[in-house]
Amino acid sequence: MGLVKMQKSLQDYTKSLFLEGILDSQFLQLQQLQDESNPDFVSQVVTLFFQDSDRILNDLSLSLDQQVVDFKKVDPHVHQLKGSSSSIGAQRVKNACVVFRNFCEQQNIEACHRWLQQVKQEYYLVKNRLETLFKLEQQIVASGGMIVAFEPGF
Amino acid sequence: MVVADLLSSFSPSPELHVLAVDDSFVDRKVIERLLRISACKVTTVESGTRALQYLGLDGDTGSSGLKDLKVNLIVTDYSMPGLTGYELLKKIKESSVFREIPVVIMSSENIQPRIEQCMTEGAEDFLLKPVKLADVKRLKELIMRSGEAEERKTTNPSPTRILQNDFDSSSSSTSSSSFHDGSSLDEDTQSSKRMKLEFTVQD
Repeated sequence: MGLVKMQKSLQDYTKSLFLEGILDSQFLQLQQLQDESNPDFVSQVVTLFFQDSDRILNDLSLSLDQQVVDFKKVDPHVHQLKGSSSSIGAQRVKNACVVFRNFCEQQNIEACHRWLQQVKQEYYLVKNRLETLFKLEQQIVASGGMIVAFEPGF
Repeated sequence: MVVADLLSSFSPSPELHVLAVDDSFVDRKVIERLLRISACKVTTVESGTRALQYLGLDGDTGSSGLKDLKVNLIVTDYSMPGLTGYELLKKIKESSVFREIPVVIMSSENIQPRIEQCMTEGAEDFLLKPVKLADVKRLKELIMRSGEAEERKTTNPSPTRILQNDFDSSSSSTSSSSFHDGSSLDEDTQSSKRMKLEFTVQD
């Protein structure tokens, strides 16, 4: 595929993530912080987010599987995940965390289990999409092209 | 002569040294970049306790090497395990040495009583997360402007490299040179690594 086509693919792909609400404007903020002196900033932050989230989701699963659920332990984890997903623009993960957190406050174990699954689903979705996005970027760079900043235009 | 010295040493864009406190890896990375891209020197720590250690407010002398650069602004998350941002703010404002340093609180939650509590305790500003570049730029302008006001008021200009925590406890204003140190004059790009200061302490 030619460079121009690859760049168009990347733009279209990125646009679809916004249209589907998977990413929000905070992701654009991160892209603005990337430049020649920090060419991998976005992928670095996102990688940190993946590492953080994997750990948190694991801890949450363990906490919710206990005989007696300690909601005082669960809440900070959800808060953390909500915060970091918000910081990278992972809108649907963040929104799922908000609902999850409400059920934690109500100490509704059944709903919490359901929403943990929901959060995980949204997380794996954004993880998958972002990994694809970074692959597209790498292909462009490997072909000698530059990543053009995404202009939402909507 | 003193005035001329002062003017020549005053860089057109003096760099602020910001201490950023946040328990989230992701947020630390983002705030660090936001500040660096806004031409600030940044030190990040992961807790209020570490922040106090860095400032030397915890009773220990701390790492003297790292304290050579005076802190001009503290930006801290509100919700942190251990010492909260609010508690950190209180400790800083209780300190005769550090109370003049502006402290900004960040939070993902827009809780009015919380905001009021922080502002009453002396916070400079309250930023809603996720923090954006525009927030940091606005903050920097605010701090720089109040720094320039201090600059004009001061009767004790000191154009040479500032020494650490050189405060006269009887004076309430910080030294006019506190917004830059001499060696940063040559540096005008935030991507320069020379003055990079990292105090990132991982768990």
